[in-house]
Amino acid sequence: MIFKGKVWKFGDNIDTDAIIPARYLNTSDPAELAKHVMEDADKDFPSKVKQGDMIIARANFGCGSSREHAPIAIKAAGMQAVIAKSFARIFYRNSFNIGLPIFESEDAADNISEGDEIEIDADNGLIKNITKGEQYTAKPIPPFMQELISAGGLIEWTKKRLAG
Amino acid sequence: MTITEKILSAHSGKDRVSAGELINAKLDVVLANDITAPISIKEFKKIGAKDVFDKDKIAFIPDHFAPQKDIKAAEQCKMLREFSREHDLSLYFEVGRMGVEHALLPEQGIVLPGDLVIGADSHTCTYGALGAFSTGVGSTDVASAMATGECWFKVPESMKFVYYGKLNKWVSGKDLILHTIGDIGVDGALYRAMEIEGEAISSLPMSGRLTMCNMAIEAGGKNGIIVPDDVTEEYVKGRAKRKYTFYTSDKDAEYVDVREYDCSGIEPTVSCPHLPSNTKPASELAEVTIDQVVVGSCTNGRIEDMREAAEVIKGKKVSPNTRMIVIPATQEIYLQAMKEGLAEIFVNAEAVFSTPTCGPCLGGHMGILAKGEKAIATTNRNFVGRMGDPGSEVYLSNPAVAAATAVKGRIALPDEV
Ligand code: SF4
Repeated sequence: MIFKGKVWKFGDNIDTDAIIPARYLNTSDPAELAKHVMEDADKDFPSKVKQGDMIIARANFGCGSSREHAPIAIKAAGMQAVIAKSFARIFYRNSFNIGLPIFESEDAADNISEGDEIEIDADNGLIKNITKGEQYTAKPIPPFMQELISAGGLIEWTKKRLAG
Repeated sequence: MTITEKILSAHSGKDRVSAGELINAKLDVVLANDITAPISIKEFKKIGAKDVFDKDKIAFIPDHFAPQKDIKAAEQCKMLREFSREHDLSLYFEVGRMGVEHALLPEQGIVLPGDLVIGADSHTCTYGALGAFSTGVGSTDVASAMATGECWFKVPESMKFVYYGKLNKWVSGKDLILHTIGDIGVDGALYRAMEIEGEAISSLPMSGRLTMCNMAIEAGGKNGIIVPDDVTEEYVKGRAKRKYTFYTSDKDAEYVDVREYDCSGIEPTVSCPHLPSNTKPASELAEVTIDQVVVGSCTNGRIEDMREAAEVIKGKKVSPNTRMIVIPATQEIYLQAMKEGLAEIFVNAEAVFSTPTCGPCLGGHMGILAKGEKAIATTNRNFVGRMGDPGSEVYLSNPAVAAATAVKGRIALPDEV
């Protein structure tokens, strides 16, 4: 799979309260959540972000609560993927479970700037920076995670398992 | 093997597991709350399973925005109630019976030593204090687990944290864990098990142990865990309604890192905005004025915490420049606090004494901060906007420091009041 788009850049330790503040968690409606995505990190973000954009962040993206509302809000806002130096554990797990593509790459996190146009080759773990003419590699996705993705997320995977 | 590896291997039907291995394991308890369960319920319906794997192993606890703070929250709580009725869940706790989930489950003997527990709440790691493996997951994981009774895990590497020496006055489990997070950072234990031990831990009461394991996630940890001992036995024996197992770590168990702390060098500690790792000794923060004090939450809302705060504030008044909100974490703690006269101490001090709820801990209700306001709380997170407006600030402390701060209207040590 290929994802191509413009990136928004964030720093270290972007927590789930910044991604989707708890004050909006009295609903789990993706469209409602998308209206407030990343609001406490950048209050204009929900109005600036466009369909097909991507996020690039530094270490420990998604730390804090287990709220699946965080990857859901990012996905529902139309973002195709998130790249970070590293992800917090539960966010990582949730993203695969709900089908938000995420990539770990230190190189990409260090070198991509806000507004760069990039292209991710998900199958080969390659991230091309079209604006800068550079290329970075992402950490390979563990086989079990690939299995989850190709099943279409954890729910589909569980369905298949239960069906035997 | 470490205790973490032993529990994971016992639940996955293997003789041995080692760090990095992917396993599928059987669960003893599956937990969700009024924020996370609605997504789990929707996803569970998509699986098409006729029924849940075990009606006595799924705990649904409306505690975050309950008692229902608005219409949308009421709709979410209603989903939990209806699903629980439909599937006859025995561990559904209605308002009036509920408490903050991570205080309630150990208190009621629902999670026990040796258990494997997942919860759609990041502080599910709390139960490691009992010698259980427990970890936070997402709502979809819970949905799948409700159908199958199983969950996939990557066996984590373990880090060991050894605490020796005696605790200073007014220093508790909260200070030890804040100090540790300040040392290793908010991703210092990312993906790892944090095994906590040492002479200071052997003499630490269960309340302090629960506080420490509660905040393992604030260092990025997958779980916090303490090998069970006499203190554990004493805590669980009157509560357990089923058999439990004490696992220990082998002498030759492998740790990727071992850290040692001399407790005699640890003072009452405060995390400053906006990260739990941003710690300072409370004594260095006397300049910081505070608008709101919160004592409660799954971190420090137990009876021992109520007693500690009451001891400091007894016979005094909350500063006219500050408000104080005290929230016992469960109905049992609430009742006990009334019996011991603690509720009276708080009300006489002109503090609010509330029914159990997560409430202000996550900026939900019952004490939200306005722009520019500062709070000190015995909770576990101080991210931007955590307790209200993104322009507000949160400091984290133990209950004694919080109570002293309420009296002074600025960050203070208990001996100052
Ligand atoms: S008290 Fe706070 S940290 Fe604990 S479960 Fe409730 S919201 Fe989460």
